[in-house]
Amino acid sequence: MSGQSFTFEGRSVPFRPGQSVGAAVWAAGDRTLRTTRGEADPRGLFCGIGICHDCLVVIDDVGDQRACITPAEEGMVVRVQQGAVPPPAVAAAGHVGPGELLTTEVVVIGGGPAGMAAAAAATAGGAKVVLLDAEARVGGQYWRHGPHGLGAQHHAVEAFTALRTAVDGAAAIGLLTHRPRHRVWRVDPEGGRVVVHAVQACGGAGGEAGGEAGGGRPDGGGERPVTVAATAVVIATGAHDTVLPFPGWDLPGVLAAGGAQALLKEHQVLPGRRVVVAGTGPFLLSLAAGLAQAGAEVAAVFEAGDGRGWARRWRSATAVPRALIEGAQYAATLARQRIPVRARHIVVAARGRDRLEAVEVARLTGEGRLVPGSARWVRADALAVGWGFTPRLELAQQAGCTLGVSHAIGPAGAAAVVADAEGRTGVPGVYVAGEVGGIGGAPLAQVTGRLAGSAAAAWVRGVPSAPDGAELAERRRLSAFAATMHAAHPVPPGWVEALTPSTIVCRCEEVPADRLRHVVRELGATDPRTAKLLSRCGMGWCQGRVCGTAVDRLVADVTGRRPGGFVDARPVAAPVRLASLLDPADTPRPS
Amino acid sequence: MSTTTAVGGSSAWGRAPDVVIVGAGVVGAACALAASRAGLAVTVVDRGPLAGGTSSGGEGNLLVSDKPAGPELLLALHSLGHWQDVAAHLEEVTGHPLGGIELEHKGGLMVASRPETVAVLDRIADGQRALGVEAIQVGPESLPDLEPHLAPGLAGGVLYPQDGQLQPVLATATLLAAARRLGAVVRTEVEVTGLMRTGDRVRGVILAGGARIEASRVVNAAGPWAGQLAALAGVHLPILPRRGVVLVTQPLPPLVRRKVYAAEYVSNVASDSAGLESSAVVEGTPSGTILIGASRERVGFDPAIPTAVVRRLAAQAVELFPVLAGARLLRTYRGYRPYTPDHLPVIGEDPRAPGLIHACGHEGAGIVLAAGTGQLVAELLTGAPPSADLGPLGPARFEGAA
Ligand SMILES: Cc1cc2nc3c(=O)[nH]c(=O)nc-3n(C[C@H](O)[C@H](O)[C@H](O)COP(=O)(O)OP(=O)(O)OC[C@H]3O[C@@H](n4cnc5c(N)ncnc54)[C@H](O)[C@@H]3O)c2cc1C
Ligand code: FES
Repeated sequence: MSGQSFTFEGRSVPFRPGQSVGAAVWAAGDRTLRTTRGEADPRGLFCGIGICHDCLVVIDDVGDQRACITPAEEGMVVRVQQGAVPPPAVAAAGHVGPGELLTTEVVVIGGGPAGMAAAAAATAGGAKVVLLDAEARVGGQYWRHGPHGLGAQHHAVEAFTALRTAVDGAAAIGLLTHRPRHRVWRVDPEGGRVVVHAVQACGGAGGEAGGEAGGGRPDGGGERPVTVAATAVVIATGAHDTVLPFPGWDLPGVLAAGGAQALLKEHQVLPGRRVVVAGTGPFLLSLAAGLAQAGAEVAAVFEAGDGRGWARRWRSATAVPRALIEGAQYAATLARQRIPVRARHIVVAARGRDRLEAVEVARLTGEGRLVPGSARWVRADALAVGWGFTPRLELAQQAGCTLGVSHAIGPAGAAAVVADAEGRTGVPGVYVAGEVGGIGGAPLAQVTGRLAGSAAAAWVRGVPSAPDGAELAERRRLSAFAATMHAAHPVPPGWVEALTPSTIVCRCEEVPADRLRHVVRELGATDPRTAKLLSRCGMGWCQGRVCGTAVDRLVADVTGRRPGGFVDARPVAAPVRLASLLDPADTPRPS
Repeated sequence: MSTTTAVGGSSAWGRAPDVVIVGAGVVGAACALAASRAGLAVTVVDRGPLAGGTSSGGEGNLLVSDKPAGPELLLALHSLGHWQDVAAHLEEVTGHPLGGIELEHKGGLMVASRPETVAVLDRIADGQRALGVEAIQVGPESLPDLEPHLAPGLAGGVLYPQDGQLQPVLATATLLAAARRLGAVVRTEVEVTGLMRTGDRVRGVILAGGARIEASRVVNAAGPWAGQLAALAGVHLPILPRRGVVLVTQPLPPLVRRKVYAAEYVSNVASDSAGLESSAVVEGTPSGTILIGASRERVGFDPAIPTAVVRRLAAQAVELFPVLAGARLLRTYRGYRPYTPDHLPVIGEDPRAPGLIHACGHEGAGIVLAAGTGQLVAELLTGAPPSADLGPLGPARFEGAA
């Protein structure tokens, strides 16, 4: 411990360099970061990666700052945010810096496995690249790490190191510019080029952009507009957790599975002392193994599936032995630690006063329905729950890409961008890589990133792309495996049975299930968009990223239609201060 | 696939309705409730979900302030009265205060930055007062009391206590639900592709797939698409879309009490220009977000939300309310105002196609004008004397203009 600290509600909270405010508060044992506007209910960390906006705190009198992604700084004064707070006086204090306009050949959005691979491949193809990423460090969710680099929690470290070396090498010779802490809010293809609008998080109280280690409060007073004009764009914006509501899921201590992992990987903080892991998919095992290794007591893993899906699709499963070996390793870790893995179980409630104290789980029938009378309580102070992942499609949608079922589709019925094998979309110059084209995991993300980066570089040079046959074959094999994984881990219908009328469906706007059902049954909503406009589900800070899947499925549940058809358009992909829209330097002149 | 959202009610499948209303926007919904309350058997059809058109693409202001003395202002005053009546009915059937449609008479404040503009505002207000509008002159020193966060240095303004707002999608759905209780049938996701006719007379609608609904009267409440529906009856109706973009901020504590807008807004509303025009219209909502409107562009049904328009609206809002510079933009959306060359709606039976009653062309005032339009259409349907002057609103006025 370096002895650094900030105050939270008047108490001193120690932190390690690179830790977020939220992680440090969590490690100190506090759970409530904000209280809601409506019911003044406590909320804590949930998504852990800046999506859900449930962890808004007031730092040095500036509110609406996401504790989960704001690096802690010595001497900060942090308070629980109660309801809505006025905006900071940014213009008056001159917090918004002058805009900046960059011109390049390929702009890659997203610095995860897909984006890193795309950037490396594009530079290898001779293209000038700007790599934009919201985080302080490349790596994305999979290789999310703190200032000390990757550790025992990470996999495929060699692959990261190789990509990192390629990216750094291209940067060293001026071929690549990596811009961390840039949030892209808009992509506009216009007349043969693509204009990408971003805001850069600047230092705490309006100072300069922070370096690797500190500064750069993402939601602090400062941000400045940065615009990149390019010939081609590779959209590699990844995915976030798919989550579904249950009574008590808004209690602090209930986290999205990816959020729990982010705490661990980036901040070396355990989500709790005694953790339940639940939902569906192989990711749960990796998370549980990681938690156990890091010293948490994992009470149990409750997996909704029962493995029959895998057994039925053994052939494509065995086509990717590495994934199976990894799976076996996790299973071995869990067995060694005597962590029970219960198939066909689902969380039906969370309970506690102001923070999670116990989790109620029930058995599922073969059809995924709740077995009556099977519910039991498990003591836990943290629950990590996930139903797979939802691609982040807003930028691709803005660019005009077609959505549908691509090579793989998420377990919760998520849509993806339709693209060819090299990530080429229907929009000239717009490519996608990684989860945006369908959830498939880090190895597939890297393959699709390489293919898309090379294709984008070829497009810039005006020559036909020459994809490597082995890469294409690898992509097919990994896609088939992903499809198998999704088929083997469906969301069971039983989750709906666990809802009570007052269960919050939309966390941001505090909309209960009976209100959502009311607008369908009584007010005539027939689709998720109308239901949203009538109920406010999806109209909050996160713009439906957290509640969207549930709303889609609950509306379908009442109307008897099929879910999965709805992807909300988001013309603003990330919240951006009005002040950042004012700088005319941010508008490139027609070329 | 067609979906029926009819619940309860006595009217019915099988029996031909007295009237088919095409369009389940706020105007069609208001017509449906008024006709149902008048005892008619009503069927509403829409090719999309309810309120899927302009009624979910705009704001919900009920304004008299932006309408200089003239037929539209008279119509707005007439309609405001009917909104009260409709809200009382909705309260009775839903049990929620004013029907739960977020109806609020919060008042509007028009401000000007230059003394010359204030003088123009005062002249407009004089004309409005003569028609019964409450308009209160506000000197620069009183502006901060009314709106503490307003930019300093403004030259003055006019306060309009009658201005209000509601949530248009909730209003549309609640009106339709109330109509259904009285027996109306609402069918969404069915497109009208033709009109049944005998000679010039319209006798019902033909749906995609060939099904027909016979009715002695058809109401054209197809919003910006009303010209296309009229064309199915062989008549020309010059209704064009005028795109508008709205910005929505993060939830905030109450910062803007009324609907506040800059004086240039009125000239934009009345403009014939096809180019981009905008001036800030800023208002808070019960959910804590602030809505910033509104641009006006005649670009057809172009679905884009241009970044340049977003920037312009943001800049104008910050100019009016500097405190918003630090607020975050969460969302933008757009709609197509149904626009006529003389900026007046079309309400009346079409002499060229008897049986076809138009209720369209409300441009940027369809929300405020909906209740009154519903009332007037119900009167036309039942033969009751009109409660407002329909003279300037008749469809025949465009005759020869085409
Ligand atoms: C940005 C913006 C801001 C606005 N702000 C305000 C405001 O503050 N106050 C105000 O009073 N007004 C405002 N307006 C205007 C107002 O929204 C409209 O005037 C009003 O919604 C029009 O309602 P409508 O029912 O006529 O049309 P719509 O809501 O468009 O309804 C027409 C319906 O007809 C259906 N339809 C069309 N053709 C067919 C067919 N062939 N078969 C079946 N169905 C068909 C469509 O699907 C649609 O649902 C604003 C508009 C915009 C764009
Ligand atoms: S949970 Fe954020 S908008 Fe619904």
